[in-house]
Amino acid sequence: MSDAPSHDTAFVRDAMLPPAPAPASSVGPLGWLRRNLFSSWLNAALTLLSLALVAWLLAAVLPWIVHSSWTASSLSECRAQIKEAYGPEASGACWAVIRERWAQLIFGFYPSELYWRPILAFGIALGGMAPVLFPGFPRKVLYLSGAAPFLVPWLLWGGTVWLPVAVALGFVLGYAAFRLVTPFGGAILGTIAAALVPVMWWFWLAGPASGQLQAVLPLGIEPVSSRSFGGFMLSITIGVTAITLSLPFGILLALGRQSRMLIVKSICVGVIEFVRGVPLITLLFVAWLLLNYFMPPDTNFDIVLRVIIMVTLFASAYVAEVIRGGLAALPRGQYEAADALGLDYWKAQRLIIMPQALKISIPGIVSTFIGVFKDTTLVSIIGLLDPVGFSNSIRADVNWNGIVWELYGFIAALFFVFCFSMSRYSMYLERRLRTEHR
Amino acid sequence: MTSHPDLPRETFRLRMLIFDTRYRSLTIQIVTLAGFMLLVSWMISNTVQNLAELGKPIEFGFLGNQAQYDINQTLIAYTSRDTHLRAAVVGLLNTLLVAFLGCALATVMGVTIGVLRLSRNWLVARLMTVYVEIFRNVPVLLWILFFMAILIESLPPPNAFRGEDATASMLLGDSVALTNRGFYIPEPLFSRSLGDLSVFGAFEISLDLVAFLAVLAAGLWVSARIRARADRIQNRTGLRPTTWYLRLGVVVLPLLILLAALGFHLGYPELRGFNFRGGIYMRNSLIALWLALSFYTAAFIAEIVRGGILAISKGQTEAAAALGLRPNRIMSLVILPQALRVIIPPLISQYLNLTKNSSLAIAVGYMDITGTLGGITMGQTGRELECVLLMMLFYLAISLVISTAMNWYDARVRLVER
Repeated sequence: MSDAPSHDTAFVRDAMLPPAPAPASSVGPLGWLRRNLFSSWLNAALTLLSLALVAWLLAAVLPWIVHSSWTASSLSECRAQIKEAYGPEASGACWAVIRERWAQLIFGFYPSELYWRPILAFGIALGGMAPVLFPGFPRKVLYLSGAAPFLVPWLLWGGTVWLPVAVALGFVLGYAAFRLVTPFGGAILGTIAAALVPVMWWFWLAGPASGQLQAVLPLGIEPVSSRSFGGFMLSITIGVTAITLSLPFGILLALGRQSRMLIVKSICVGVIEFVRGVPLITLLFVAWLLLNYFMPPDTNFDIVLRVIIMVTLFASAYVAEVIRGGLAALPRGQYEAADALGLDYWKAQRLIIMPQALKISIPGIVSTFIGVFKDTTLVSIIGLLDPVGFSNSIRADVNWNGIVWELYGFIAALFFVFCFSMSRYSMYLERRLRTEHR
Repeated sequence: MTSHPDLPRETFRLRMLIFDTRYRSLTIQIVTLAGFMLLVSWMISNTVQNLAELGKPIEFGFLGNQAQYDINQTLIAYTSRDTHLRAAVVGLLNTLLVAFLGCALATVMGVTIGVLRLSRNWLVARLMTVYVEIFRNVPVLLWILFFMAILIESLPPPNAFRGEDATASMLLGDSVALTNRGFYIPEPLFSRSLGDLSVFGAFEISLDLVAFLAVLAAGLWVSARIRARADRIQNRTGLRPTTWYLRLGVVVLPLLILLAALGFHLGYPELRGFNFRGGIYMRNSLIALWLALSFYTAAFIAEIVRGGILAISKGQTEAAAALGLRPNRIMSLVILPQALRVIIPPLISQYLNLTKNSSLAIAVGYMDITGTLGGITMGQTGRELECVLLMMLFYLAISLVISTAMNWYDARVRLVER
């Protein structure tokens, strides 16, 4: 063999090329831009269009937000301040209205020296919800969760301490009745007794009993009437109560709808379809105008309570449909397995069916809750002063006549924060509960 | 036939009502029914007693009285001398109008946004996500008020269009005027109109519209026949004849001939005095409600569309590609038919939601059924029970119709499983 390359064999590379860095156009920021923004002519056009849109929006909104006044006491004063600071052509936001009225937007006409009560109630409600929502929380806090439903309304409305105690006693009585009747009457009579005894207690005895106790041992805080409720406090009160109560009612309605008993099933279907078929506003009309007609003559109970009842009914029907979807999504084998283990109906529901069905329905349940919370703004139409109702009354004020964007923007931002965090929480929950192996 | 000696004879004992599963469900049902009936009868007797004390027993005669209020946006003729019943019907039609407009716009927007959210373009996908999150997480009532405020604050008043130094001008060749009182758009007019048909002496139905719809339906029917014939030929020979121009022709040509025969022309709005005359006037409350409902519902529809497309596994696309289908055929023959099965049921419930949300019209003063029957009529006559009852019945009827259609569709496209 000679040194000269032979011409009768094809060229064969005998050494590896050293690895070279990827071309600059496919890595780094430039590569990212190419891949994600300018991969084709259509994409490039879309990108430029969106950039123009964003720029136009920001150019319109940002100067308005920044050129603002925080210290004025009326809209005209606001405008004068802005003209003075940023030139005669400038127009800016008048955040002063939020600064002046934010306490009312949050608390309504609640007496200002008692603001600590709704704040404390809100804290207790949050503390009570925490161990239910997050598993890492100390379990001892669950006692707070049990007490919160009685503490929170008492803090909000005030009055004698014996009324919430009497109401709580109803649950104790119901439980006692269940334990007493079940051994010789069976689960059915036990359940009936557990439902009947507390209702009778609340209807006829709870009021007088708490009155008697108050007379013997007067313990109480200053009562606040529902008329002075308003702002976000009202939205949160209505929303949180309706959301909490609608879950158990919704589960019951869903179970009723899935039941094989014709009468139970038709009643549940009727209630669900009726409530879902009409807009919330008509139900609020019922709460506002008709609910007192349905009660015995001369009962006149609180408008906020009436609204809560109707919103709860509304939310329950929607939750029921979501849970029904979860129940239907369970394989038949799960029901059959429960039967094969010899579990009775409630045990099967509690141990096998509900944990799985609820897990499947979480996204739907949370979006129902978000919807209910947003829908609490509708109470402004029947004259309650929720944030939207309150913004109308602020705009009717001579000083702030003509103010629009700042108020709506503030309210919208607060609602957005609440609803967005709820939807993020539901995503977290979904991830946490994902048990199937993927 | 002798009775079996070993088995004890079944005798019914009272305790079996509770402990025997055969009778137990009967017991539960009877107790439930009794409880429910008791509750209902208690409420009804309370109501009757309360209403008797107030001196206004339940009766619907007030619907025949003169309404004595004006409605500023109507689809059928209405004056304040008409009855409350007719006012309610006007409101009902207004509800249907805004629901129809809203559903149409929301579908178009929602589908576009849903598809764009899946775009490979990072910026577009993010922008659409921001849109969806912002619109979903703020109450629809606020959006309605917001859009109303935008219309009132940012559009010029009609008198800005007047005079030599007008500060505002009409769009599209002086045919559309956007003012802070509403939009004025051209209206279709017929110089050789067929006139109106009176139904029961209460409603006027334009014969022009009837003729138009009839010709359109006939055209669509013929077009469907042509398509069926193309299918048959394709099944027999494997070759599909090109039919799109024929199908377009049989729909469009007769319509054009009809319009020409009726002397179709557009009536443009014109500024006379302080306001515009002529054309179709859409009040700002209608526009605000329409846009707000559409933008809000579009965010939900976008999520539904996105979920529906994502629900179809990638293997379907790949399998179709392996069979040699082109991308647009894959979309129309493989992906869309399956995605639609996932999309349609929640989509229809969004339509239902939009229709029910249109009852918020009362917040901006659009006279839908909540504004007429549930607003002014109820306020004037003091008949809360009857008005709320009628309103609920109306909305229930709408949802019943829509959900029946949905169930029918659902049953038609459902996968056949074991």
